[in-house]
Amino acid sequence: MIGHTIQSIREGLLRKDFSAVEVAREALAHAERENPGTNAFLLFCSERALEAAERVDRKIAAGDDPGPLGGVPVAVKDVILTKGVRSSCGSRMLEHYIPPYSATAVERIEAAGGMIIGKTNCDEFAMGSSNENSAFGPVRNPVAPDRVPGGSSGGSAAAVAQNTAVVSLGSDTGGSIRQPASFCGVVGVTPTYGRVSRYGLVAFASSLDHIGPFARNVRDAASVLEVMAGRDALDSTSAEAPVPNYTERLDGDVRGMKLGVPVEYMKHATGETAELISRSIDQLRSLGCEVREIGMPATDYAIAAYYVICTAEASSNLARYDGVRYGFRSAGSATLSDMYRNTRGEGFGAEVKRRIMLGTYVLSHGYYDAYYLKAQKVRALITRDFTNAFQSVDAIVAPVSPFPAFRIGEKVNDPMEMYLSDIYTITGSLAGIPCMSVPCGATREGLPVGLQILCNHFHEEKMFRLADAFERLR
Amino acid sequence: MKLTETEVRYVANLANLSLTEDEIARMVHDLGSILEHMDRLAGIDTEGVEPMSQVLYETEETATLRPDVERAPLGNQLALANAPASGSGYFKVPKVIDR
Repeated sequence: MIGHTIQSIREGLLRKDFSAVEVAREALAHAERENPGTNAFLLFCSERALEAAERVDRKIAAGDDPGPLGGVPVAVKDVILTKGVRSSCGSRMLEHYIPPYSATAVERIEAAGGMIIGKTNCDEFAMGSSNENSAFGPVRNPVAPDRVPGGSSGGSAAAVAQNTAVVSLGSDTGGSIRQPASFCGVVGVTPTYGRVSRYGLVAFASSLDHIGPFARNVRDAASVLEVMAGRDALDSTSAEAPVPNYTERLDGDVRGMKLGVPVEYMKHATGETAELISRSIDQLRSLGCEVREIGMPATDYAIAAYYVICTAEASSNLARYDGVRYGFRSAGSATLSDMYRNTRGEGFGAEVKRRIMLGTYVLSHGYYDAYYLKAQKVRALITRDFTNAFQSVDAIVAPVSPFPAFRIGEKVNDPMEMYLSDIYTITGSLAGIPCMSVPCGATREGLPVGLQILCNHFHEEKMFRLADAFERLR
Repeated sequence: MKLTETEVRYVANLANLSLTEDEIARMVHDLGSILEHMDRLAGIDTEGVEPMSQVLYETEETATLRPDVERAPLGNQLALANAPASGSGYFKVPKVIDR
């Protein structure tokens, strides 16, 4: 079963080469065998996967369509709720939390025939760029086990990279899908803000949080997004815009497409990453794209603005973990106030506490204007950079990360250094535009590198077309 | 912007977060270096720029309104299912008022 795509599973099922139950059993067995090496999964949900598989097999036996994701093994990041299946968010705080409802994205995946085989490891509450902030241990990169898979959706990227799931769901607030996709050598997509409902995605920074897919090829990622996208009454920020058929026009023809390369991005990229990105740009030119340099002058302020906004929102969102309604409660506190403080002090890990502290500080009296309000204005300027750029180009191409996967432990003690690694991904997140990482080669050591493609709001179709054409060159 | 230990304790108090002495020392150092980076925000001219608190795009003004119809709520039992302590259909917390 290893190496299957959505399409090959569909064909195999319809030809009766195998059943969905067989696919589910094999995917689960393979994932359980591989997991000690990577720690990509926090738990497996065999029963749920097999029930989904039986539903698919019954449909096929009755001559009905098994659905666009019929019989496809899917892994889901643990910050995305699955009714009845523990969703810990990589935190001690929710170590025993069994959600009473599923995320809309999960419901749509299952309604389309997808089989959820397990929940994947991630940085605690999706806060991190290396997956080292999980309360349940780091994830190892399947390509280089001494290195990080990236974060925060490290487990979901690793699961797809090691062939245990065909596709997976991650969440992206400042790069948490694109960066691990780049580090693990898979495709990762952050759709337009509002394209996929956030209902059931445990909130980190609500104005920046996205759900998006990982896959081993562009077509599969596009198919998963198509299933998840579209208005959901349970998320008032989800968009009404109609969902196009993303896979219909993946024909490899990108002649005449205008691409912009931001000069501000290329100046930070070092060594082999810069070489691989330059080579990719040449290849895109050879496909008939017109490439031009563009200016994104607000880029230098993006990290500062992003970490003000995301920590401010996080400090508010995470106020709900108070030991009363769900989650961990510290034992033996005499007063309610002590119980709150001790619960949060003992239940949260170091990075989450750091972000709550920063967010509380930047929102506090006397600092709100200098940090929070200022950051929101800079966010508007970053968005304006993109709006201006998209008046003359169809897509922007750039690196995903300044460097390939780093060693476990290499940056974990220097939070600022870790934050700086998000430079290329947070600009797109702040603007809320669709962006993705598509593999573009590997360093001489064999570490994967991803090319980032960014398009204007709701132009996913164009983004997939370019990524697919580029992928055909591999 | 460097943070003092007193400020760290003050912010931890606002955030309802108990921190150990070691954690406080780490916070003074880490938050200081992060805020120093954030201070570069002062260097960009934002005169006349409207703050952006949400991603916006062209849509109908009523696009985010839903019909006002009744929906079944979660229900008491499910709502309490994950509570660390509950009883008689309520969440239980340590005593708040002495009587």
